[in-house]
Amino acid sequence: MTNETLAQYANLSLYSAMAVFTIAMVCWALYLAGMVPSRDTTAVREAELVGAGGAAPAAPLGPEAASADPVPLRARKAAGIGGTMTWLGGLLLLLAVVLRGLSVHRWPLGNMFEFAVMGSMFTVLAFCAWSTRRDLRWLGLFVIAPVLLVLGMAVTVWYTEAAELLPSLRSYWLVIHVTVATLAVAVFTIACAVTCAYLLRDTLQRAGRASLLDRFPAAPAMERLAYGLHIVAFPLWTFTVIAGAIWARQAWGSYWNWDPKEVWTFVIWVVYAAYLHARATSGVSRQVVSYVALAGYACIIINYAVVNVFFVSQHSYSGL
Amino acid sequence: MAQATRERTGEVVQPRLGPMGWLRWTWRQLTSMRTALFLLLLLAVGAVPGSIWPQRSINAARTADYIAQHPTLGPWLDRLGFFEVYASPWFAAIYLLLFISLVGCVLPRTRLHWRAMRGTPPRAPQRLERLPAHASAEVAAQPAQVLEVAREALRGKRMRLHAHDEASVSAEKGYLKESGNLVFHLALIFVIIGVAIGHLFGWKGDVIVPVGQTFANTLARYDTFAPGPWVKPENLAPFTVKVDRLDATFEEHVTGRGQFGQPRDFTAHVTTTAKPGATPQHETIQVNHPLELQGATAFLLGNGYAPVVTIRDSKGDVVYSGATPFLAQDNNYKSVGAIKVTGAQPRQLGFSGLFLPTAVIDKETGPSSVFPDAKNPALALTLFEGDLFPGGRPQSVYTLDTSELTQVKQDNGQPLRIWLQPGQTFDLPGDRGSITFDRVDRFAGLSIRHDPGKFLTLGSALLALAGLILSLVVRRRRVFVRVSPGTGGGRTVVSVGGLAKGDDDRLQEVVEGVLAAVERRTGSPA
Repeated sequence: MTNETLAQYANLSLYSAMAVFTIAMVCWALYLAGMVPSRDTTAVREAELVGAGGAAPAAPLGPEAASADPVPLRARKAAGIGGTMTWLGGLLLLLAVVLRGLSVHRWPLGNMFEFAVMGSMFTVLAFCAWSTRRDLRWLGLFVIAPVLLVLGMAVTVWYTEAAELLPSLRSYWLVIHVTVATLAVAVFTIACAVTCAYLLRDTLQRAGRASLLDRFPAAPAMERLAYGLHIVAFPLWTFTVIAGAIWARQAWGSYWNWDPKEVWTFVIWVVYAAYLHARATSGVSRQVVSYVALAGYACIIINYAVVNVFFVSQHSYSGL
Repeated sequence: MAQATRERTGEVVQPRLGPMGWLRWTWRQLTSMRTALFLLLLLAVGAVPGSIWPQRSINAARTADYIAQHPTLGPWLDRLGFFEVYASPWFAAIYLLLFISLVGCVLPRTRLHWRAMRGTPPRAPQRLERLPAHASAEVAAQPAQVLEVAREALRGKRMRLHAHDEASVSAEKGYLKESGNLVFHLALIFVIIGVAIGHLFGWKGDVIVPVGQTFANTLARYDTFAPGPWVKPENLAPFTVKVDRLDATFEEHVTGRGQFGQPRDFTAHVTTTAKPGATPQHETIQVNHPLELQGATAFLLGNGYAPVVTIRDSKGDVVYSGATPFLAQDNNYKSVGAIKVTGAQPRQLGFSGLFLPTAVIDKETGPSSVFPDAKNPALALTLFEGDLFPGGRPQSVYTLDTSELTQVKQDNGQPLRIWLQPGQTFDLPGDRGSITFDRVDRFAGLSIRHDPGKFLTLGSALLALAGLILSLVVRRRRVFVRVSPGTGGGRTVVSVGGLAKGDDDRLQEVVEGVLAAVERRTGSPA
């Protein structure tokens, strides 16, 4: 009972979104490239540094930095296009998800392909919504690049024809459990991107190397941003576990079966709980804390890309 | 004194610990945050092997296969508990230590928090400019008036106030952060208690019920029954479940990868009675829609085919008749089973073989099924005779124990092969009678379970979630306002300081907001 035409339109919308994201990714990269001080500005800066005896690393970075907006015009243009393209791509993904749902007459979260598409959509839209409240131009590349990668995997490796669901998936708990899980993963993804950018910036700063990342927000502020995202995602993940347990009881008779997927969901929960504890423990540096968060995200990737496909599990709905 | 000793001997002299001292030291170590952190990470690592190696409690057959295929590694993994990770002593050690650590951390904190909730905000520090957030200004008002205005502003932020002296006011808010944190951790303990109750007092039993047959909830009727250690099986509720019809539909239209032949819907229509003589109720059990019975829940976890056959002896008298469940082996319901005719004379007969719902015979792989629905059903059987139950040992109802049986052969020496479609009769050679394949029924694989701890677990988990959200969202802040006489009469220097638990981006904003409110209400913007 699937509508093939709508499914084709959904795929068309998905491919359009990917093309748009490619443009967005190039724009975000151009934005970052435009932030690099050009050669003559660097020369000025070096002259300044020599003049000051190297004692003023935080001195204004050339003439442009002295003006009201330190971002060069071409970088601002690139970021403007990048932002618009990201919005457009996000809406195209939303369209793809809606069309897919209409074509199969059900919530479009029944297999790995649909999960990847909706997860990408949540990631992009969450990033867009967040960027209306603060300047996130520095983060654009770090979000769009992984999203494009995941969509590429979705259309090549994880693609599944539009079809109905197995009886065990036919439940309103699918909407609740899997949607919240997808949303949590999307927020974890942005948090991971911020954490990576933070670690990179912090490492370079410690090594005393001037880099493009000096134009990013200050390292402690980035780390706080990552924490803020994690404390949104962690309760969502907790809810995912609880809703999953309720559904497991309905569908399989027992709320916890130590199925590989459940094990990894639990592992992810415990690792992020350790992250929150580590952050509250005095004497654990913020770098170490951030590595715990990255370990948590590595578990999310394993849970999705490895457990779904290679492990014998009751959650084998990958459609592969 | 200690310094002098060190200088004299050049050694560090540490205090000696007695037995109590060591105990206290161990307790301190165990309940420290670092240990909790380490145990959490260890728990995560310890849970992983259970997803990599097959687990006996989930799939005993796969576990046995794995050990058979890995003769050197398998037994060692088995000894170390890798096939029963979540019941292994080392996994239990990790989570028990974690929970002891949790209790040891949470109880003292609960006491402290209780005191803090009943107490007052602490005295304002003398030098507010040393606090992480600070702002000050001079306003044209008397100190007492300024403090009164500051109190109003702080009360507007729903902060708890207390003045320890004439020149200051202390305010605090966000007690719910710590309350939420404690509720979260205490609720986790109750989650574990709920799991333990379910394990001790819960039970589960599986039974295969062909359409038309009735299941009565007694221990003897179950195919497998797994009670908790403290369950009394004689106290099972005396309900009955009769399976009237089983509907199964499979994907026939979409032919994409991994979709054709997928199950789409299973519904068992049943008639239940709560106890003998009670009014029968018509109900349905579906996947995702279990049936709540008295003191238990029935889940439809499996289904399959039960061919109905009639076996007659050489005189034409019926020696066996009924639906015999065959167990599905693959997604197309190629099923194996055995028909045990204990009443056959002179020797017992045993049929063993396959049921194929949509049968085809492949030249290379032999008989198989190409679709899960009964489109072209067939039975492919071989025949044995002799003693079906040697020594009266228990055996599977789906296979024959052939140790005391001999296979019946054709005249050419090949084993006898019987191929039957519904309505067909096959005459067995050598005056052994005949077998008729009357029709094929479906069976419902019911799992009936009781878990008295589930509501405690669920309620505690939801409470933990609520506590978690509170502890992450609410911010604990202290704001102090101190006034001192300003330059000239009628002017006051007002100083506001803020202190927060953990990171707080908005603290400076709050402090400046309080100062701005004071300035506005005293009519003297800076």
